[in-house]
Amino acid sequence: METTSHPLSSVLMARFAAQGFLRLDSVVPDDLNALAIATMENGVPGVPYGTPLGEAFPEGSFTRRLVDLPPIAGALRGLVGPDPTVDHLAVHVREPNEGSAQPLHGDAIIDTRRDAFDVQLMYYPHEVTAEMGGTLLVPGSHLRLTNESDTGRYQNLRGQVRLTCPAGTVLLLHHGIWHGGRRNDSAHRRYMFKIRFNPTVPQVRLWDTGDLDDPAVVAELSTTFPWYEYATGRLEIYNRIALWRALTGDDTFDIEYWATRVSNRPGRTA
Amino acid sequence: MKQQVLVLYLSSSSLDDRVVGWSSYDGTGRTNPTTGDSDDPPYETGTDALRDGWRLFQASQLIPPYPGHEYDTSFLKHEFLFEKLE
Repeated sequence: METTSHPLSSVLMARFAAQGFLRLDSVVPDDLNALAIATMENGVPGVPYGTPLGEAFPEGSFTRRLVDLPPIAGALRGLVGPDPTVDHLAVHVREPNEGSAQPLHGDAIIDTRRDAFDVQLMYYPHEVTAEMGGTLLVPGSHLRLTNESDTGRYQNLRGQVRLTCPAGTVLLLHHGIWHGGRRNDSAHRRYMFKIRFNPTVPQVRLWDTGDLDDPAVVAELSTTFPWYEYATGRLEIYNRIALWRALTGDDTFDIEYWATRVSNRPGRTA
Repeated sequence: MKQQVLVLYLSSSSLDDRVVGWSSYDGTGRTNPTTGDSDDPPYETGTDALRDGWRLFQASQLIPPYPGHEYDTSFLKHEFLFEKLE
């Protein structure tokens, strides 16, 4: 399912806030996919931490052409603003019949930011079939405070996404989302290219907010996932309210009174 | 004697509640379960596993939230470990 537009709408921004990722199917053209695979086979030059995106990749390189594609550029602008920096990039390879999967994990280290986030772009230059062990994603896990692979005991969660996708598909992920490379049971090498972006401006109303009052925004933010426990699932909504308040600068935003109710202390100031 | 371990994550602290996550480890070596290998849980509830012969040997404690962190979410809270021996 295509989940982005350019520029990003409020409904899609709310979907990102709720699910922790956006998906752009077949957004990269075939000639660029071919260039990307050829480049990855020979190694992609690294970029120093914190390099401005505008300076990170040479003209004509697959990386420059990738981040300049209008749907990708539009989504990135909505998520991390006009001038993000490149944190790092990496080529991930799952070898044929590799025999093992990555443990479920979040990248980097535990990250307690509630009013800012990094975005990770994952790009699949060829078709990914179920047998090839596409990336495992857990929708709605991005606000859980866990450290890297401490979640490795979790093998399967209801509603997980075992990614299959056509060539040229891109995911844009909140830094905290639980994910992992699944076991490649095919005879084909699988590539994934990743870039992590850091914002350089406050992440407030960076997208097209013309539809901010669309009821679909609240509907997106109210999404629950089959792996949520009943009680903790309510806290997920509470934390999404806090995130949406930060993203919109609207301290009165609420869903079904969850945040308002528990902060109502008439006459008390401390 | 070899041990098979089944880990079920349930929707609440009640053993008869719905399975939301699962993992298994097979000491017999006959199977090789791993991350992301199935979209369908082996049982609908924890008690369904008991009825199929799994022996419960550990359940999560119920621990109050740490002060100041009442709204934080982290690991799954309701973890139940079962075994079969053969």
